[in-house]
Amino acid sequence: MNDTVQGAADERLKAEPLFAQLIKRPELGAVAGVILVVIFFSITADRSMFSLSGIINFMTPASQLGILAIGAALLMIGGEFDLSIGSMVAFSGLFFGVCAVTWHLPLVAAIPLTFIFAGAVGALSGNLVIRSGLPSFIVTLAFLFILRGLSLVGLKWATGGSTQLRGVREAVENDWLAPVFSGDAFPGLFAKLADMGLVATFNNGTPKVPGIPVEILWFVAIALIATYVLLRMPVGNWIFAAGGDRTAASNSGVPVNKVKVSLFMLTACCAALVAIITVMDAGSTDARRGFQKEFEAIIAAVVGGCLLTGGYGSAIGAFFGSIIFGMVVIGLTYTNFDQDWFQVFLGGMLLIAVMFNNAIRKRVTGER
Amino acid sequence: MTQDTKFHHGDATQNDSPIVEMKNIEKHFGNIIALAGVSFDVRPGECHCLLGDNGAGKSTFIKTMSGVHRPTKGEILFEGKPLNFATPRDAMEAGIATVFQDLAMIPLMSVTRNFFMGREPTTGRGLMKRFDVAKANEVTIEAMRQMGINLRGPDQAVGTLSGGERQTVAIARAVYFGAKVLILDEPTSALGVRQTSNVLATIDRVRKQGIGVVFISHNVRHALAVGDRFTVLNRGKTLGTAKRGEITPEELQDLMAGGQEMAALEGSLDGTI
Ligand SMILES: Nc1ncnc2c1ncn2[C@@H]1O[C@H](COP(=O)(O)OP(=O)(O)OP(=O)(O)O)[C@@H](O)[C@H]1O
Ligand SMILES: [Mg+2]
Repeated sequence: MNDTVQGAADERLKAEPLFAQLIKRPELGAVAGVILVVIFFSITADRSMFSLSGIINFMTPASQLGILAIGAALLMIGGEFDLSIGSMVAFSGLFFGVCAVTWHLPLVAAIPLTFIFAGAVGALSGNLVIRSGLPSFIVTLAFLFILRGLSLVGLKWATGGSTQLRGVREAVENDWLAPVFSGDAFPGLFAKLADMGLVATFNNGTPKVPGIPVEILWFVAIALIATYVLLRMPVGNWIFAAGGDRTAASNSGVPVNKVKVSLFMLTACCAALVAIITVMDAGSTDARRGFQKEFEAIIAAVVGGCLLTGGYGSAIGAFFGSIIFGMVVIGLTYTNFDQDWFQVFLGGMLLIAVMFNNAIRKRVTGER
Repeated sequence: MTQDTKFHHGDATQNDSPIVEMKNIEKHFGNIIALAGVSFDVRPGECHCLLGDNGAGKSTFIKTMSGVHRPTKGEILFEGKPLNFATPRDAMEAGIATVFQDLAMIPLMSVTRNFFMGREPTTGRGLMKRFDVAKANEVTIEAMRQMGINLRGPDQAVGTLSGGERQTVAIARAVYFGAKVLILDEPTSALGVRQTSNVLATIDRVRKQGIGVVFISHNVRHALAVGDRFTVLNRGKTLGTAKRGEITPEELQDLMAGGQEMAALEGSLDGTI
């Protein structure tokens, strides 16, 4: 939100130290967190963690979470929550699976249909929140259970009693659209780099890293677009305004309800994207897909500087928050620590981030 | 053009047809009758003051004018045509800008972002169409300077501004966007002497440009300094409208207080109010 300063010098304005300027950026905490985590693992973890294949190893889960977290961050800045993100992953995964396997639709139809479907569910929960005036926390908590339950029921219906729908890989294998949503990008480039000795290879000469997993590219692209939209588009201003104070925003001409419903739809579509990518990757979908992802996504958004009260935060912060998350989940396997420390870490990180954000907010608003 | 008062008061505007005409507006909130049939109009180039006690219904009334509330009953004519603003955005697009009593500012956002909230200037086309931050900053700084406040920076969060500075941002914003009607709900309540006279001078300036101004104030002197017509509200009803020169400050003050006790009070306070 810091747009470039200009204007004449003011004698009542002390020169602001760089640190003080930086600390007002919402994403500062997440960037500092990334640095700390990198330092921690460079000391405790095996060197291979920060090799190319190691980085891709932790960036893959980071990306899958990050796509959700950026959606959650925009929604939180807009002043609402969505606790049904994780269930939405399962539900749209089921829908996508049914499209591809049961209905034999090509991806060019199945994928748009999945997004439309997810968007419609998002619009439904968004409209319920707006029209009822209830906290989104409660409404989407209901959706958390409804969608998870529907996924189970739907899976049993589609498979005749199983909670896993198989055969997605076979159904989409030769689809021309598949490379956009699954597998690794730039395989040719990486093969060439391996030939040149720039990328480590297995004994048979194939590169250890066959390419960049597509979710990483989606993740980076979505983070960049979301940041641009937030900071440089009128809609971004509307999102901050809607979350900051809905009455003030509405009285100033911001179409608050439209903004909020669109954000719910966007979050649902982020869940659908993650569902499509992970279902195609796994070749099947099941009812536990996306389990508890809503909490992880909200934590990543909060670590990225989003205030729980809305109106403040950043997409790039959620980006770094997700990377911290991925580094810790995967990084612990490179160390001698018990992996279950991960949960302790997650909770601790959330606490620290919330306290940090609270202090920042007081600075920004001058707290009165 | 008389020289006796500080500001020019246009008489020529009397024949102009009103920009906004509100007829028998009623507004109920559940069982509370906030407005019980109020008629009011504002013509181009005039400053129409809306006066009244606390809770008289002034804010509620101007909110029906700026699209925040839908009237329960009554008719709104905009430039002669019946119109119902569904949202404040509609009213803004019609050229009505408002300074709300609560200012409608967002503390966490920068001055510039508040200034242009809902009406961001853009640059570029198609996919490249984006919020023109540089222009927005420039306009904000300049508009604030005209109101007599030098901002430290356009990216300063509104939450860190003083109460009067905040009020000035809201006024500058409304003046910038008020193409036809400017509504000011107690805009000077937190302002210093210099900023107050600046606001009064601004009202005079925009009035001369042919904009209709609706000015709500509890301060009779401020109202008399710029008002062309005065409408007094009491308990959701109009007590009547007076033209400038037809009413003395004392009469106006009595009307504003509901016509009671003011004289008695004034006596006990030795005429200090
Ligand atoms: N949203 C609402 N719900 C219920 N009652 C309301 C609402 N808004 C206003 N009122 C009531 O309507 C009456 C008029 O309020 P309003 O804010 O218009 O007064 P006002 O003339 O602007 O007063 P002040 O000079 O104190 O600003 C008050 O009695 C108030 O309690
Ligand atoms: Mg009021």
